[in-house]
Amino acid sequence: MKERIVELEEKARKLRVSIVKTLHKSQSGHTGGSLSAIDMITALYFQKMRHDPADPSWEGRDRFVLSKGHAAPALYVALAEAGYFPAEDLMMLRRLGSHLQGHPDSKSTPGVEVPTGSLGQGLSMAAGMALGLRLDGKENRVYALLGDGELQEGQVWEAAMAGGHYRLDNLCAMVDANALQIDGEVAKVMNVAPIADKFRAFGWNALEINGHDMAAIIDALELAEKVKGRPTVIVAHTVKGKGVSFFENKASYHGVPPSDEELPRALECLGCLED
Amino acid sequence: MSSNMIATRDAYGETLAELGAENGDIVALDADLSGSTKTGVFAKKFPERFFNMGIAEANMVGTAAGLAAVGKIPFVSTFAIFAVGRAWEQVRQSVAYPKANVKIVATHGGVTVGEDGGSHQSVEDIAIMRAVPNMTVIVPADGVETRGAIRAAAACKGPVYVRLGRNKVPTIFPPEHRFEIGKGCELRPGTDLTLVTTGLMTAPALAAAELLAKEGISARVVHIGTIKPLDQEIILKAARETGAIVTAEEHSIIGGLGGAVAELLGEEHPVPVRRVGVRDRFGTSGKAEELLKYFGLTPEDLAEAAREVLARKRV
Repeated sequence: MKERIVELEEKARKLRVSIVKTLHKSQSGHTGGSLSAIDMITALYFQKMRHDPADPSWEGRDRFVLSKGHAAPALYVALAEAGYFPAEDLMMLRRLGSHLQGHPDSKSTPGVEVPTGSLGQGLSMAAGMALGLRLDGKENRVYALLGDGELQEGQVWEAAMAGGHYRLDNLCAMVDANALQIDGEVAKVMNVAPIADKFRAFGWNALEINGHDMAAIIDALELAEKVKGRPTVIVAHTVKGKGVSFFENKASYHGVPPSDEELPRALECLGCLED
Repeated sequence: MSSNMIATRDAYGETLAELGAENGDIVALDADLSGSTKTGVFAKKFPERFFNMGIAEANMVGTAAGLAAVGKIPFVSTFAIFAVGRAWEQVRQSVAYPKANVKIVATHGGVTVGEDGGSHQSVEDIAIMRAVPNMTVIVPADGVETRGAIRAAAACKGPVYVRLGRNKVPTIFPPEHRFEIGKGCELRPGTDLTLVTTGLMTAPALAAAELLAKEGISARVVHIGTIKPLDQEIILKAARETGAIVTAEEHSIIGGLGGAVAELLGEEHPVPVRRVGVRDRFGTSGKAEELLKYFGLTPEDLAEAAREVLARKRV
């Protein structure tokens, strides 16, 4: 397992490089939240989830909902790496006619289950999927990745209430708790803490981890699957802009792509020197 | 017209329960109003396929989108004001944008909700749903058409909004009537003008045509069961053949049937038009019949609008 963790860490590093290059090319999109979420997305797509890039609508697949849809670049680089579409497509992100929309669009992109981008809606859709799959007696699991700022949306708590009420143990929410949102610190804009306790109060199993510790992410996902009778939330403490030192912990890089001048420095931070 | 009276919401409840027996993929969601919306009939027969989501409409609509994403056919019900008002952006983003196979069947549309008052009387829902891309909008006139509309909604793929009423209304259509999405019906021939109506205003329009006939005015009545996609052909034909149009709906004159017809005729075949509906106001408490009078939605009001539009046609 230790070797596998190292492989996944290397995969995440590679995907960070891809995020930075993709956003530099598009000159539009969300850098900070993509870099904070990518370790969890890597763990899901390259370790935990059952899925088939050659058959995106395979019935046996687990489902993933990127509720914090502005981290679309993180999802797109993972889908490209997994083989849902060619990596060259990433260079068309956010362009007219591209299948890679600014925020995830299930009608455009193979591998995207539902559209997101308007915050607060993904957990409801994930819970609906979990209800439907359970109704059919299927074992598939449903994962939803939310931002911590996103938790300010009331609908998230309606969904949390329903997930607890319907005891959706095939549902796992992950919170990319990078502590920043567009206008600044989440705690100052509108405090959402304590996150885990709030979910627990709604009947969820709650785990807290370091969202950049690959072994901890995998362990938490394994643990979540074993818990029966209630859904699990993994509150993952992360660093916005993780991996690129001068982006880290800066709210100002929420929706800003790397400039021409920043690109080589960003790639250098990620141990990618060939450019 | 049969004297048989049934509320469109009751016809919905019965039809949904029938569909539930025919198709195991049909599920229903409600927000604590299953007794009023009549999804309770389905819930009683198929408790495992009914989800009461509590008083949380936004999450209910999102949950329905998720159920649709794994192959279910969710029927989502609450009052029109909450389905369209409270959950509008969930309908737009989670349902309409991905063309999710979700059926939003809202009851208690319009001012005939009655005593509950303006907070509960949705006069904007048709306009709002009509403006959303990918959305089909159906407003049945009676129980028979409601049954057909609910079956058509279940059979078609994609988002559908069906607006139903609270009160018992006369049955207009014969039991063998076949509802087809996007098709209007001429219910009465006429040559001087056409009353183009939807939902619960179609019965008063037929009564208005009777009143006008006594004055020697020949009013055609065209019922538009599907506001979107609009049956343009039947409306343009009426405009060409009768030269004047009165629209009638239990809804704001802005953006609903009247808006749709005026837009179409303005572009394709301008003729005098008069829109009968709620004139940019909120509802108010009262008995349904009192409110229909108060807002100018009676057969007499329709007949007056017809005389007015006819006078303009003759200028």
